[in-house]
Parts: sequence; C-alpha cells; structure tokens
Amino acid sequence: MNYLNNFNIDTIKVIDKSEYPTKGQKKNKITEDIDNLFKELDIKDGYVLSFHHHLRNGDQVTNLIMKQVQKLGVKDITLVASSLFPTNKELIPLLKDGTIKNVVTSYISGELGEAISHGELKGNIIMQSHGGRARSIINGELKIDVAFIASPSSDNKGNISGVNGTNSCGSMGYAIADSMMAEKVVAVTDSLVEYPNYPTDITEDYVDHILLVDSIGLKSGIVSGTTQVTKDPIGLKIAKDTLKVMEASGLLKEGFSYQSGAGGISLAVTSFLRDYMIENELKGGFASGGITGYLTDMLEEGLFESLYDVQCFDLEAIESLKKNPTHLRMSASQYGNPEVSAVVDNLDIVILGATEIDTDFNVNVMTGSHGMLMGGSGGHQDTAAGSKLSIIVSKLFSSRIPLIKDKVDVITTPGTTVDVLVTERGICVNPLRQDLIELFEEAKLNIVDIKELKEYSENIMGKAKPIEKTDRIIGVSEYRDGSILDYIYEVK
Amino acid sequence: MAVISKMAKAGSVESNDILVMISPGDGKIDIEVESIVYNQYGDDIKKTILDTLEEEEVTDAKVIVNDKGALDFTIRARVKACVRRGSVQDV
Amino acid sequence: MYKTLLFMPGNNPGMLVSSDVLGADAILIDLEDAVALNEKDAARILVVEYLNTFENKTDVFIRINPLDTPFFYDDLDAIIDANIEGVVLPKASVESMDALDKYLNEKNSDFKIIALIETSLGLEMAMEILSRSDKVMGVLLGAEDLTLDLGAKRTKESEEIAYARSKIIAVSKALQIEAIDTPFTDTDDYEGLKKDSLNAKDLGMTGKALISPRHVDIVNNVFAPSQKEIEHALRVVEGQKEAVEKGLGAFSLDGKMVDAPIIKRALNLLKMSGDYKEEYDELLK
Repeated sequence: MNYLNNFNIDTIKVIDKSEYPTKGQKKNKITEDIDNLFKELDIKDGYVLSFHHHLRNGDQVTNLIMKQVQKLGVKDITLVASSLFPTNKELIPLLKDGTIKNVVTSYISGELGEAISHGELKGNIIMQSHGGRARSIINGELKIDVAFIASPSSDNKGNISGVNGTNSCGSMGYAIADSMMAEKVVAVTDSLVEYPNYPTDITEDYVDHILLVDSIGLKSGIVSGTTQVTKDPIGLKIAKDTLKVMEASGLLKEGFSYQSGAGGISLAVTSFLRDYMIENELKGGFASGGITGYLTDMLEEGLFESLYDVQCFDLEAIESLKKNPTHLRMSASQYGNPEVSAVVDNLDIVILGATEIDTDFNVNVMTGSHGMLMGGSGGHQDTAAGSKLSIIVSKLFSSRIPLIKDKVDVITTPGTTVDVLVTERGICVNPLRQDLIELFEEAKLNIVDIKELKEYSENIMGKAKPIEKTDRIIGVSEYRDGSILDYIYEVK
Repeated sequence: MAVISKMAKAGSVESNDILVMISPGDGKIDIEVESIVYNQYGDDIKKTILDTLEEEEVTDAKVIVNDKGALDFTIRARVKACVRRGSVQDV
Repeated sequence: MYKTLLFMPGNNPGMLVSSDVLGADAILIDLEDAVALNEKDAARILVVEYLNTFENKTDVFIRINPLDTPFFYDDLDAIIDANIEGVVLPKASVESMDALDKYLNEKNSDFKIIALIETSLGLEMAMEILSRSDKVMGVLLGAEDLTLDLGAKRTKESEEIAYARSKIIAVSKALQIEAIDTPFTDTDDYEGLKKDSLNAKDLGMTGKALISPRHVDIVNNVFAPSQKEIEHALRVVEGQKEAVEKGLGAFSLDGKMVDAPIIKRALNLLKMSGDYKEEYDELLK
C-alpha cells in the first residue's frame, strides 16, 4: 500500500481486464505423503523446528517427524519442544548423529534428559518457562522455521480442535505462539473431520499444510498418570497446613484466584480448599494452569467463576472444556508471557512443588538427586513471579533425598519470587515477606527458620555429598524474561 | 563375638528401607552397597554398616545391601537383625 | 487425656520417622498384628533403634505381643529401657496383666499400661483385670477380635458392641482411667468415622484408637470440647470458686442448681481442652 502517501495517485496503474482474478479453489493443504511434504518444506541444515507437548508421554508426532528429518540427512536442527517425555528417548540416536544440535524446552524427563546431561548434545540445551517460551517466540527472539502441530482433529482447511478426535487432549495453549509465528505450520493429524472443525484451538489461517498419519499418539500416555490426590498421610498433613497458610495470608476471600500443580500434595491442597470453600460459603474468581477434574468439579459446583486452561491433565478436564462456557482456553502467552498482560499477574495464590530448595528459597525443579535433567520450570517461574503468594509444598524426609540445601543444583525459580515453604516439620517464610511472617505468627502457625530446618534434616540424614559434575556447560536455565539464571553442567 | 554361620537377610526394598543380606565371609568384612542415594551417601552407608558390625562384634562376613533411602537408624536395625538371624552367639 | 491414639506399624521405617507429625495425641507402635510372624525380631530392633535416635514429640506406647505367644517377654526385654510412656497389653486377661505388672515392677519401670479388652472373658472380667495393676491408665476396646469371639457380625452401625462399649466405659469411670474406643476400620469413610466417633463420645469414651493417619483430624475434632462447652465449663468453675470464697454451699447458673457432678464434668472438660488450672484442684474437696 505504498501509494497511501503518493500525491500523484493518478500515476498508479489500473490492472487490465486480462489480469482479472479467476474464481477457484486454493491449493490443497492435505497430504498423506510425508516424503512429498518434506520436499515441499525443504528443511535445511540448522532449521528450527517446533513441537508442543499436549499429548505428553503419548505423543508420537515429535519422534515421527524428527526421524523423517534424520532420514533426509538434515543436520544441526534446533528442536523447540514445549516439553519432552520418556517416549522421546527414541531421539537419542539423533543427538549422536548430529541431526539435533540444540534443544529448547520447558520440561524434559526420561532417558533423553539423561543423555543430554551426559553431554550427548552437540550444541546447547535452553530451559525456559512456559511464559518465557511464548515470549521468546512472539517477540521474535526465537524464530521457528516449521511448527509441527500434533492435532487431535483437523478439517481439510486446517482448523484444529483439541477436544475432537480419538486422541483428544483439550486445550492447546502451548501450540498457539508456534502456530502464529512459525514460517510454516504443519498440522499433523489422525482425525480428519467435516469443515468447519469447532471449537477451534488453532484456525485455518495459520495452517499451511495438513499431514494425515495413522496415529498421532497413544491415549493412555496423553492422560497424565500423576493427577491423583496423595494418600500419603504426611503429604496430606502438608496439604492441611498449606490451607492454614492460605487462610492466614488473608487472601482467601470472595473472588480470589488460585492455581496448583498436578502433584499429589498440590492436588490434596485443592481438595482441602474445596471443603473449606463449601464450609465457609466462599466463592473464588478463577483457577488457572493445567486443569484437572478436581478443578472442573469445583467449577461445576459454582466454587470458581471460571477456569483458565492452558492444558488439560485428564479426561474430565477435556469433557468440561467441551461443555462449560466458563471453562476458558488460554495460550501460553496469555498464561505467563512477562512482556504482555498475563493471567499469572492476576493470581492470588499458587501451590508449587520443588525437588530442592536452598536457604535463599531458590528452587530447583529441573534436575534430580543425581544431577540429571528430569523436569523443568513449566509454569513454575511464571506463577511464582506473578502470584501474590507462592507456596512450595514438599516432604522434608523422602527416602533420604535432601530437600533443603545450601545451594541447589540448578536454579529454576529465583528465591526472590518464592514466598513460603510448607513441610511436615514446619513452615518456612521468605524473610523478604515480613508481612506474611506477622500474619502467620498471629495465626500461631508453626514457623521455622529455613536454615534451622536444613540443619535438622542434615542431622538426621547426614550431609549429602555434592553431585559430581564436569566443568563443561551444556546449557542454561533461562528466566522468563530471557535473562540467564544458572548454567547446566554435564554430569560425570 | 558373633560368628556368621549361615546366610540371612533382613529389611526390604520398600521406600525408606534397606535390604541387608549377610553370609559367612572369607576372613574379613566385605561390604557391597547398592543405593538410590549412592552418590550422596554411599560412604556414609558403608560406615554405618561397618560400625554396626563392630558393635555386634562381627569380624568375618560378606554383606550385600540394596538401599532405598533408609536413614541410619534403619540401616543399623536391619544389620543387627541380619547378624542375629545369621549367627550363633558365641559366649 | 488422649483424644486420638494412632496405631503405627512397627516394621515400617518411613512411617515411624514421621509418626509424630500426624497430629495424634499418642502413638501406638504395633509389634503385634501389623508385624508378620517372621519379622517380629526385626521390628523389635527397628523400633528400639528408632526410639533411641529420635525424640518423638508425641507420647509413645508400644503394643507388645500377647502373653500366649513366644514374643511377649522378648518384646518387653527389648523395649524396657526405651523412652516411652508405656505398653499396650493385647488380649488382656488376669494372667497377662499379672505377668506384665510383675515384670514391670521387677524392672522398676514406670511404664503405664493400656489394657486392650478384646475377648469375651476379658470383657466380663474387665473390672478384675484392670484393678490388678496400678499402672493401668486406660482401657482400649478391641471390637474386631471381640465380635469374632462373640460370634457377632461386625457392622458399621456398631450396635453389636453397644454393650461392650458401655461396660468398658462404666469400668473405666469406676477406676478413673481413660476409656478408649475401638478403631473405625474403613479408612475411606469419613462420614461413617465421624458418626462412629460421636456415638462413642456420647456414650462416655474419652478417646479413640485409630488405624489410619487420615482419621486423626476428624476424631480430634469430635473429642475436643466445643468453644461453647468450654465457655460453659469455665462459668461453672468460676461460679463455684466464687461460691467457695463467699462460703456458700451451692449456687445456680442460668437458673439451674450447680451440684458436684456438674462441677466434676466441667473440670473434666477443661482438662480435655487444656484450659484446666491447678487452682481448680481445690474445688471438689
């Protein structure tokens, strides 16, 4: 439209009748021929390819596509996957032969993580938060050449729905930024439905190709196995005390907002919260994050006004997303992108887990007791930063694996954003939150100094020998705003 | 002194527990440790076992343990039980 | 007074370590039913090592094996120096109570005894059994074994143990010891647990044994006096104090005469709630 400021508009040429458009179908988007599709995509060495993890451990698309890339002999790919699961161990040979050079992800578990920890990656691993990932894609920092969107269902134009199809996964919040920003977008589906496919998670205008495959995933792996309230009495005791913390904070009032992880103790907190809300006739505003049946029940009971859903953890959540108009989809950007207005900034309380925490409240959820990658921020950083009250729930004693350390292995979430730690042996409050300390003392909660609790546990467990690492840095733990929190070292 | 005269075991491979197996040795103490926290506590575990054997006056035994994150009191208890099961008490 | 007494399996190290954070007033570490026959030795050693290592913040009792097993004296020998409140005597009978009392006296032990009444004979002889030792501080009804012995069907409604409960309670009050109700065995039925506990409390039980840590809060709440009850008790006691000071024989509260049983009930309630003061000792003299 460069004639807009052209004062001599009469000099602009009008097209000739012979150049008039013809009516007609645009080019067909669908193919079953992966070889042909790849010819057209023309994936080159060093390309950035992206995937989402809504099918979790049931996902077969990432492995399928990356093996095709390997078959074509393309090298040095940067794999941008919102999360990677044990099923992705099939990609280990692709690290060794140089097909995959870098990995950018928000969570990694299983043998692939161990291989990367052992230095199998030619390039680096960048660990981001969910919000940080969306930020870097949308602001152009992380340019995606091709996004492969595992699609539970699509019509022939590429309207993708996460709630239809045999391998339905519900909300597709982690794939939105990819579909908007990637050079090319390929919907990979095993379920072609009538046009228009609705409710639509990703609309046809963003989709360039549709690849039809036999199966995008295994249902059993899609529904997470971790979404059960703990039966462990110690976990339940921690959950009960967490509710007391929430109550004492003064935040549990009409219209409050809430998020919890899907770990057993976090879910127990949600379950106790439900009883509390019913008993006290308290109605919340929204609950957010990964959504489980526990939250959809509370929505249907009228305990929450609405749900903000970035991913569904179980079948109940998928069903609810289909039928409840106040069960809302949200993209990862809307969830936690620090550069825009995001849901986490409206969050009152978040309940999170921790693998390790240090005496400055820095949290590691990225590496396990052997120092190997086995997790990642997910929304940990985003919600800790955005919420008014971030609570870490964890057992102090769990099979002689120390929780509180002088220094955590890799900082995932900075202690300046972590407010409270609840264990079975007491509640630790970040000294930065004197306001909470006052409130909790008034409520006669069992507050203990985190340093004292560390000493107590070391007296019982003994001081753990530090994890042996090499000097080689294999990657970084990135903060949601793109700054670097910590290095990740190769494990011996 | 307790003389280990037969193979015995005590404990379990449940979380927080340790399975201890003891058998007659070849003139000295031999300890083999497998543990989910070997990197952090392998040496501590060995020391606890040795100390307990000394306390029980065992000088000749082969000990194999499979540890699932047991605390010291559990390791001591399981070693003691194992020694008593596998030994004839010498007065 | 113990509102909640939680059984903990003696051979489970993970459970033992965290037994004192579960909110129960007392822990009953079990060497009997929760431990397999071929693990009795290992459990005994584990429990002793645990008690020697940790300072348990809760009062601890150990349920030993019954007199008619080979483990009775082995258990006692192992735990006699442990830092615990006392022992739970299973299948309490005249013989086993005498044996236990004799053993503890010989060792100069100040262990207290909770007698577990769980046989027909034990029930009918309860007064006699519980009077045999001045170490007895409580009586625990074991309804599972008892109903088996009675040939009664065990139900959630517990009508089959109404007599046993009342009998135990009467004997306990006569001897001024604690009356501890049988555990509720359905670990997932919280409504049933609440009903059962309320029923036991209303009959006169002072506390309840538990087999699930998840039952602790509910039962604590049932047996804890309500704020209203505490306030009323305080008014009774303060009124009596005033009456004594003024040299009055009796006084009335809200138009009702306050006599000795009402004062006694109020004092018991304050003991339970933790609002009891030493100066109240005078009031019943």
